[in-house]
Amino acid sequence: MSEIPRRDPRREWVARNRLHPEHSSVLAALGGGLSGTSEWLGPHGVTRKNPHALGFIGPSGLKRIDRSGAQQGGQALAQARQAAQASRRAVTIAAPDFLVAVVPELTGGRLSSHDRDLLGLARRLADADPERSGAVVAVLFGEHREAALGDAGIDRVLPFTDAAYAGFAPEARLAALAAVERELAPRHWLLPDSPLGGADLGRRLAMRLGERPATGVWQIESDAAAPLGWRCTARGAAESLDIQRPLPRIALALAECAEPVGATRHAAEPVSLSASVPSALSRIEDLGQVAVDPAGVALAEAEFILSGGNGVRDWQAFHHAAQVLGATEGASRVAVDDGFMARDRQVGATGTWVTARVYLAVGISGAIQHLQGIQSCDKVVAVNLDPGCDMIKRADLAVIGDAGEILAALVAKVEQQRGEQRDAA
Amino acid sequence: MQPEPQGIEMAVLVSVGRHPLTERARRADQDARGLELALDLASRVAGSRLRLVHAGPRSDESERALRDYLGMAGDSGSGLDSLTLLEQPSGADAITALVEHLAAAAPQLVITGTRAERGEGSGLLPYALAERLGWPLINGLAAVERIEDGVATLLQALPRGQRRRLQVRLPVIVSVDAAAPAARQSAYGPARRAALASEPAPAALDRELAEWQLAPARKRPKRLKIVKAASARDRFKAAAAKAEGGSGQVIEGVDAEQGAEAILKLLRDEGVLSR
Repeated sequence: MSEIPRRDPRREWVARNRLHPEHSSVLAALGGGLSGTSEWLGPHGVTRKNPHALGFIGPSGLKRIDRSGAQQGGQALAQARQAAQASRRAVTIAAPDFLVAVVPELTGGRLSSHDRDLLGLARRLADADPERSGAVVAVLFGEHREAALGDAGIDRVLPFTDAAYAGFAPEARLAALAAVERELAPRHWLLPDSPLGGADLGRRLAMRLGERPATGVWQIESDAAAPLGWRCTARGAAESLDIQRPLPRIALALAECAEPVGATRHAAEPVSLSASVPSALSRIEDLGQVAVDPAGVALAEAEFILSGGNGVRDWQAFHHAAQVLGATEGASRVAVDDGFMARDRQVGATGTWVTARVYLAVGISGAIQHLQGIQSCDKVVAVNLDPGCDMIKRADLAVIGDAGEILAALVAKVEQQRGEQRDAA
Repeated sequence: MQPEPQGIEMAVLVSVGRHPLTERARRADQDARGLELALDLASRVAGSRLRLVHAGPRSDESERALRDYLGMAGDSGSGLDSLTLLEQPSGADAITALVEHLAAAAPQLVITGTRAERGEGSGLLPYALAERLGWPLINGLAAVERIEDGVATLLQALPRGQRRRLQVRLPVIVSVDAAAPAARQSAYGPARRAALASEPAPAALDRELAEWQLAPARKRPKRLKIVKAASARDRFKAAAAKAEGGSGQVIEGVDAEQGAEAILKLLRDEGVLSR
C-alpha cells in the first residue's frame, strides 16, 4: 500500500501558488526540509524546482540569487571562515624519522609573521619526503601567549621558561640550545634572521656547533646533489648579492621565506629534555631597559604616536598630553602646513610612513595620503567630531567628540592614576 | 665623568665598503660608526690607545677606502695616524689572521661593524672571533656609558628606538649597526699623511665561498594574497574586497570622561603607557 504515491491536490495547488499564505510551509513539507524550499521530489519521482523561492532580497531591494549554496551574505561568509578554521586537517607525527628545530623570536610572547613564515619553511623541510616524515620542534624561550601553536605547524614544543633566559641572555640560551643539540640532534636548525631574535642567537649557535650557517636565506629548492638534499638562495654583501649554495645544517631565514602553514593542524605536544641544562656562566649582566625620551625616537620606528591634525585647537595641551602619555608626536599635513608642527613630524605618504603599535589620531579626518602612511600600524585610535570621516572607518577604536576635551580628560586620568600609584608606593 | 687613571686599549676592525649606487670602494658605514664610537670614547677616557686593523688584499682602491677611516681621526688628538694592514690574498678568510693578531695584541675592547658590505656579508666575523678568543660579545651597540675597573656599562639598541643597559667585564667584542651615532666626516689631508703599516699574517683561503654561485641580487617576488575559497563567490568577494574597515568600535554620544576611559583601557591593554 505504502508504495503507491499519494497525492494531495490541495497541497500541490498551494505549492504552485506563491501568494498563498501557507505557501512556504507547504513547500518546506514537500521538499522534506533537506534541500530547502526551492527544490523537492515530485509525486512521480521527478525533481521539481521552484525558481521563485531561490535567493533573497538584497540590500538594494533587488532579488539576488546566490548559486554558491551559501545564502544570506555576510553571516554565511563568517560561518564559512569558521568552517575553514575547523576543517584544518589534524596531523600527528608519532615516530618522526628526523627533527627540524626552530627557534622563533616570540616577540611579546606571540609568534610574529616572520616566525610563521619560518615554521612554514620548517614544514617544507619536514614534509618533503612522504616516506620519511620529519617533526618540527619549536624551542620557546619565555612564556608564550599563543593559543594555537599547532596551527602554525609545530609538532613538538620545547619550552624554556626559567628566569635565566629572560632579557638579553645569549649565554644561557646558547647553553640550552647546545643541550637540545646533544639530546635531539635535529637535522636542521632554523632561526629568523631578525635583529631582536635569531640573528644573534643563530650565529652564536653556529659558531658553537662549528657549522658555517647560511644567513639571509629567502628561498630553498630541493637538490639531490647537496648533502642535506636542499639548495638555498641567500642574500649577501649588504643585500646586493644572491648566493646559491647547498643548505647547511643551520639556516637563518628572512621574512617571507615560505608560506605559513594554512591547511593542517599539528599536535604541538610539550616535550622536555631528560638531562637538565648545565647552567652557563654569564659574563654579560642585563640591567634592564632604559627609559628613552619619546621625543627623540625617530617617527618611523616609534611604538606609540600621538598625532594631531586640524581638529586640535590648543597645541600647548597637545604637547603636554604627549609628554604625559609618553608618546612620540606626529602630525597631519594640515597641522604642519599651518606651522603648528615641524615638517619632520608629518605622518603620511608625503611625510613619514610610521609603524607604530598604537596610533592615537586626534582631530585628523584621514586623507588618503595620511591613511597610507599609517597602513602598518597595529591599533589606531581616532578622536574626531565627524562620525563619517575616513579615519573613523580605519580606526579600531573611535571616540566621537571634541578633541581638546577628550585629550584633557585622558591626561587627567593618567595623572590621577600615577598619583595613586605614588601614594601607594 | 671622572677621567680614568689608566686608559683602555681599543681595536677597531674596519673593512672596505661598497657604495650602494656607484659600487665604488668607500669606508663601510657600520665600521665608520664603530670608529666614531671609539674616537668619542678615546677623547673621554684619557690615555686610551686606539688601533685600526684591516685584513684583506692591498690595492689602490682599498687603500683609498681605508684612508677614509684615518681621515676621521684628523685633529681629534687621539694620535691615530696609522692602520695595521694584515695583508691577505684575495679570496682569503680574514678570521684566522684577525684571531692571531688580536690574541697577540690583546686589546680590551674590540669594535666591529655588524656586516660587511662586500663578499658573503654574513655577519659572522664578530661571532667567530668571540668563539675563538673566548671573549663575550655584544651586538647592536648604541653607546658606551662608562668603563670603570675593567667593567664596561654599555647601551644596546633594541628595535623601535629602545635601549637596554648591559654590564660586561673586559675584554669584550662589540658590534655596531645603524643605531650607533653617525660617523664624522673624513678629512683629506690627515688621510693622505697617515700610514698603512703592513704586517705579515697567515692566510687561509675560503674554499667554500669559491664553490658557491654569486649573482647580483634579483628582486624578491612579492608575496601574493592567496585566497583559499571553495566557491567562485568567495573568490570574487576576496578579489573585490576593499580595505578592511568597519570592524572598529565607535563610541558616540558619550561625554569626554567615558571616551577617555575607553581610550585609556586600550592603551593599558596594549601596554604602551609607561608606569
